[in-house]
Amino acid sequence: VGSRLAGLALLGALGIVPPAVAGETIQVTIDKLKFDPPQVSAHVGDTIEWVSRDFVAHTATARNNDWDVAIPAKGAGRVTLQHPGDVDYFCRFHPNMTGRISVEP
Amino acid sequence: MRLMLIAAGAVLALTVAGAIAGDAKPNDAQIAHIAYTAGQIDITTAELALQKSKNKDVRDFAENMVRDHTAVNEQALALVKKLNVTPEDNDTSKALVKQADAKRAELAKLEGAAFDKAYADNEVAYHKTVNNALETVLIPTASNAELKDLLSTGLKIFQGHEQHAEHVAQSLK
Repeated sequence: VGSRLAGLALLGALGIVPPAVAGETIQVTIDKLKFDPPQVSAHVGDTIEWVSRDFVAHTATARNNDWDVAIPAKGAGRVTLQHPGDVDYFCRFHPNMTGRISVEP
Repeated sequence: MRLMLIAAGAVLALTVAGAIAGDAKPNDAQIAHIAYTAGQIDITTAELALQKSKNKDVRDFAENMVRDHTAVNEQALALVKKLNVTPEDNDTSKALVKQADAKRAELAKLEGAAFDKAYADNEVAYHKTVNNALETVLIPTASNAELKDLLSTGLKIFQGHEQHAEHVAQSLK
């Protein structure tokens, strides 16, 4: 750990921002056309993973066009969050499905 | 055109309502047949759109219709098999098919932007009508819990299609 911290400190001293240390993975379930939970909080560098129990394909599509994730039937899709801010998202195939992610820096 | 679509929707709603207004409510075998038929109709109309349209939004929508309605109908077939129920043809299914054949013949005569708009508007109207029938007649009348559950999930999927169709229709204006 010590050498890793020293490495990070060195990178910092050189003005290089190290890649976010492996963020958390936050799971959102899709069941019967609902994102569950519909709202989650995350940090930049975290990954959102949608896991679908539905027999039709979905997408998780950010209204600000930041990302557009394909989620196959009974499958999963993921995105790693790059920017802070609140992102509303929906399913392009079933726009009655909506969710929100609050991304902290 | 709009009035005709609304009128067509009203006729279908009456037909579906009429099917339970009589002595006999539709049984599960008939309900399964109606739901399956409604899905097949939308698949066939989407296939026409895929033959005729060059508009990306319209084609994407039509591909979704083929994929989703095929998936729902596969679930329906698996369920009736499991329940040992044979879907039973009935006046509502027949009326749906007759009306859809007429509408498809009408659409087939149109080209380009005129086709795209008529297809999208018809998809909005058709999903509205079928969703209304599911909500007010088919789901409340279904007696088997698993059939009720599949129809309810179907309704959520088709409500999504209705909104998607509205977006497509809006983008063509």
